[in-house]
Amino acid sequence: MMDINDLYVRMLLGVLAMLAAVVVGLAYKGIDRKIAAHMQSRIGPPLRQPFRDISKLMQKETITPDGAVDWIFHGMPVIGLVAALLLVLYIPWGPLSPPLKAHGDLILVLYLLIIPSLAMALGGFSSGSPVAAIGAQREMVMMMSYEFPLAIVILSLAWFYTRVLPGSAPFAFTTMEAAPIWGLVGPIGFIGAVLLLLSLVVVTPSELSKIPFDAPEAETELGGGLMAEYSGRDLAMFYIADAVKGLVMAAIIVGLFFPHPLSPIVEKYYALPLIMDQPVVAWIIDGLFFLFKVFLVLFATVTTVRVAFPRLKIDKISYIYLVPVSLMALAGTLLLYLDTLGGV
Amino acid sequence: MKLNKNFDRALWAFHVNTGSCNGCDIEIVAALTPRYDVERFGIKLVGSPRHADVLIMAGPVTRAMAPRIKRIYNQTPDPKVVLVVGNCGNTTGVYYESYNILGPIDHFLKQIDPDVKIVHIPGCPPRPEAIIEGAAKAWLVLEELRGEA
Ligand code: SF4
Repeated sequence: MMDINDLYVRMLLGVLAMLAAVVVGLAYKGIDRKIAAHMQSRIGPPLRQPFRDISKLMQKETITPDGAVDWIFHGMPVIGLVAALLLVLYIPWGPLSPPLKAHGDLILVLYLLIIPSLAMALGGFSSGSPVAAIGAQREMVMMMSYEFPLAIVILSLAWFYTRVLPGSAPFAFTTMEAAPIWGLVGPIGFIGAVLLLLSLVVVTPSELSKIPFDAPEAETELGGGLMAEYSGRDLAMFYIADAVKGLVMAAIIVGLFFPHPLSPIVEKYYALPLIMDQPVVAWIIDGLFFLFKVFLVLFATVTTVRVAFPRLKIDKISYIYLVPVSLMALAGTLLLYLDTLGGV
Repeated sequence: MKLNKNFDRALWAFHVNTGSCNGCDIEIVAALTPRYDVERFGIKLVGSPRHADVLIMAGPVTRAMAPRIKRIYNQTPDPKVVLVVGNCGNTTGVYYESYNILGPIDHFLKQIDPDVKIVHIPGCPPRPEAIIEGAAKAWLVLEELRGEA
C-alpha cells in the first residue's frame, strides 16, 4: 500500500505539473504564433496573446445550439481537457520524473492521446450542425490514418529495447532515459531510428490538427469544423487542451529520442564541480535544456510546417499516413531488426 | 456584465456580406493581409459566428439576406459588437430606396436587439486603415460595456 504522505506529495506534484503544463503550453502557442508571423514578415501578436484569448473566451456567453445533445456537447470539452492534463502525469519533464510513472507506460500514453481527439469528434457530432459533423467525420478518418504509423513507431522502439536490453521495461520512458537509442544502434540501426523519428515528426501536426493536416477544423471551408458550434468556456477548454497536447507530443518525442540531459556535459567541459555539486543547479540547467528541446521540436514539426504548406484534402492525408509514412516506419523497424541481427 | 482588459485585445471577427457590392469585402480582406497585420492587436478572422466577438458587416440589408443576418446575429455569443463597413451598410448608399433593400444595417439590427452595439465606418469603400480604426472604436464600445459593470 502506498504511504499516505507519499500520496499527498504526488497529488500536489501532479496538480503543479498540470498547472505548469497549461502555462507552458500556452506560452509555446504564443511563441509559435510570433515566429509564424515573423516568417510571413508580419509583426504578429504579443507572446501573451493565447492567455488573452483564454481570458476573453472565459468572459463570453457559452451557447448550447438548438438540436445539440446537451450533456455530450458540454461534457466533451471537459473530457478532452482532463485527458490532455492526465497525459502530463505520465510523461517525463526533463529532470522531473513523471508524478505517476510507476502506474502507467507508453501504451497508456497512446490511449490517452486518442481521447482528446475522440472527445472533439464526439462533441462535433453531438452539436447537431452538419458542418461540425463533417469535421468530426474527417477527424475520425484522420485518427484512423495516423494512429497506425504512431503505433508502429512506439511498438518497434519497445521491441528494439527488449532485444538489446533484455529485462528492461520496454514501455517505460525511464528505459529510454537510461540508454538513449542513439547509443545502442549500429549504422544500419541509426538509419532505422532516424526513419522512426521522421514518422513521429510527420504524425505530430495531425495529432494536433495543425496545417497541413487541419482538414477537420478547416476554417475557410468548414468554418471551424468540429469546433464550429462551440463558444465561450467550452471553446476555451478545447483551446487549452490543444496547447497541452502540443506540449505533450513534443515531450514524447524528446522523451523517446532525445532524453539526454545537459548537466553532465556542462560539468565535464566547463569544469564547474563546485557549482555542480548543488543538485539544484543541475536541475535548473536540465529543465531549461528540456524546454529548449521541446521548443526545437515544436518549431520543426508545427511552426515551420504550418507556414510552409497549404491544407491537404482529407483523402490525401489518409493516403500519406497509410502508405508512405507507414512504409517509412516499417522500413525503420526492419532496419532496427537487421541491426540487432548484426549486433548479436 | 464586467469585462476585463484582455477582452478588447483579443477580438475575433466574423465577416458577413449582407448584400454589398464586394468592394468593402475586398478592403476588409486587405486589412487582414500581412501588410496591415491586424493579428498584432489580437484581431483574428474566425470561420464561425459562435467564436466571434465582432461581426464585420458590409452592404445594405437585402431581402434575401435579412433572415440570415438575424440568425448570424443571434448565433454570436454575448458580448458582441457589430462593425458596419461602408456607406451602403450605414445609409444604403448608392442603393438608396432600391426595391430589394430593407434599409441600413443598424435600423435592421435595432429591430432584433434594441441594445445592439454598433460602430460605423463610412467610405465607399473605406480604406483598410479606416477599418482598423473602426476595430479600435470597437474597443471603446467594449470599454463602455466595462464601465456599465
Ligand atoms: S459602400 Fe461602396 S464599396 Fe461598399 S458595398 Fe457599398 S457600394 Fe460597395
